[in-house]
Amino acid sequence: MENKAALAASPQTPANKPNGLTLIIKRLIQQRTLVLMSVPFVIWLFVFKYVPVWGWTIAFQDYQPSLSFKEQEWVGFHHFQSLFSEDRFLISLRNTLAMSGINLVLGFVTAVSLALLLNEVRKVAFKRVVQTVSYLPHFISWVVAAGIIQTMLAPDGIFNELLKTFGFIEKGQEILFLGKAEWFWGIFGASSVWKDVGWNTIVYLAAISSIDPAQYEAAEMDGAGRLRRMWFITLPGIKPVIIVLLIMNIGYLLESGFEPQYLLGNGMNAEYSENIDIFVLKYGLQQFNFPLATAAGMFKTVVSFVLLFSANHIAKRLGQDRLF
Amino acid sequence: MANSTSTTSTTQPGRYSRRGSSAGDRVFDIVNYIFLTCLMIVTLYPFLNTLAVSLNAASDSIKGGIHLWPRVFSAENYKFVFNEATIYNATFISVLRTVLGTVVTVFASAMVAYTISRPEYVLRKFITIAFIITMYINGGLIPNYLLIRDLGLINSFWVYIWPGVIGVFNLIIIRSFIEQLPESVIESGRIDGAGDFRTFFNIVFPLCLPVLATVALFTAVYQWNSWFDVFLYNSSNVKLSTLQYELQKILQNSNTTSSAETAFANSGSGASIKVSPLSIRATMTIVAAVPMIIVYPFLQKYFVKGMTVGGVKG
Repeated sequence: MENKAALAASPQTPANKPNGLTLIIKRLIQQRTLVLMSVPFVIWLFVFKYVPVWGWTIAFQDYQPSLSFKEQEWVGFHHFQSLFSEDRFLISLRNTLAMSGINLVLGFVTAVSLALLLNEVRKVAFKRVVQTVSYLPHFISWVVAAGIIQTMLAPDGIFNELLKTFGFIEKGQEILFLGKAEWFWGIFGASSVWKDVGWNTIVYLAAISSIDPAQYEAAEMDGAGRLRRMWFITLPGIKPVIIVLLIMNIGYLLESGFEPQYLLGNGMNAEYSENIDIFVLKYGLQQFNFPLATAAGMFKTVVSFVLLFSANHIAKRLGQDRLF
Repeated sequence: MANSTSTTSTTQPGRYSRRGSSAGDRVFDIVNYIFLTCLMIVTLYPFLNTLAVSLNAASDSIKGGIHLWPRVFSAENYKFVFNEATIYNATFISVLRTVLGTVVTVFASAMVAYTISRPEYVLRKFITIAFIITMYINGGLIPNYLLIRDLGLINSFWVYIWPGVIGVFNLIIIRSFIEQLPESVIESGRIDGAGDFRTFFNIVFPLCLPVLATVALFTAVYQWNSWFDVFLYNSSNVKLSTLQYELQKILQNSNTTSSAETAFANSGSGASIKVSPLSIRATMTIVAAVPMIIVYPFLQKYFVKGMTVGGVKG
């Protein structure tokens, strides 16, 4: 595009070859409406998305809010060193990896399975109802979801009720589910599946719908039953989508979410619920240790960046379309 | 393209031409239907249970055993919740940020998407890349907080609007949509002598309405469901609180309470408990969730469209 434009513009000033800059300025004046329509938002982008990246400098300073930028004392990687010798950070790193790992595996297995089962439903109306119902939890906020989950897990909630009905516990022995630290990952995984499994099937159902129906007919002729068709036609048919999404999601390994852990977390389960995002919030905005919290946040972003780019690269190498 | 994928994904009329003939197939069908029905029950039960608790008398709910239907019907919880002046204000702020935030986002995203869809635009590449980079790199919580503080947006309604004016994902799906429009339509505007702004406003914007509906819905859900920005920036100003944040405060309070969820707002008269943390929590949950629950079934096809356009393109 740019080449063509340069070719078109250059013959008009053959005597003194215009350099690139004047040419660009000339064209910017020509396209001033487009400039006016977009540049204000580029400025917005710069202020709201790029200026905070400059804030990473705090991680290398002995930051004092009262001093100006020039007066701050630089301390190099000191805060990163103390970060990695901090037990609570290491625990939050472990929790982050564990919960995103659980989410990744559980999320994939449940969503792909549900998509396969939904695809086998022949009554369109029934399928629609199942889909509509399964999308519902996706649309409510995590606050509402946490409110519901707390109600379910309360001492007088349904889970304790069921345990009592089946005689596993006596009255008065009600379990405080969210108080059992080591159960938190499980509760988190189950909650996430409940909230998003339906929604996550959309991509797979779209992929399934592009499989050639002739394949199914051929398999049916050969006497393949439903399960065999699912296994040998549908699943291989959506394999490329599964692989791309799996790789892309590995790029988000340090993004285990924040809301469910924060909303369902409490003093009793902090050992297992606190992830990096909560660490940043607690050290930064509750204890006002800005440098340490910024260092933790920066660590997360930089590692995620490397992971995402590698993931994107691998997806490309495998000959699959990248997501963006 | 967007249309065909989404319709086939939601309604797939009879993939197999012949009805399942073998006995094994029929067993599979039955098991599948039973399983999916159970799944629906498991998905819906928490909502219905919470609704039942919110409509049950608080003094009775403590005994447990409420399932899908209130045992001792009472509107007392709702009366209590709606007695507080804060909830009306919080509802107003929630609605305002949803409406205003959505309008601003849709308009701004569409406008920028139009400019970076114009092949002749000199800054097209630069702007596109500048936006895409922000998907991978962000300053994180503390630098963002300091920025908002330095901009004077703490304790202000505008902190709900400004940081989210344009989402990169929205920008990309609108741009892809515009690029699929036939160039002749846009050129016809040019021939009539319309400038870029009029071309955008009179021709491109109306043609983009399907994709803009999707963007609007995603943004509206995001705005309605947000609570963290309220917590972070405006928690000291109850006038700027939202429904979601009011609910979050209730959750936070009842988070650590154990089986002794009794003594609360019954102001000394132990015998006649009118509300309890349990019942208030359930009631606020329903109040904060109901608008979404009512609206989403009618709009889900737009959401699904957005997912398939953004997710598996090409």
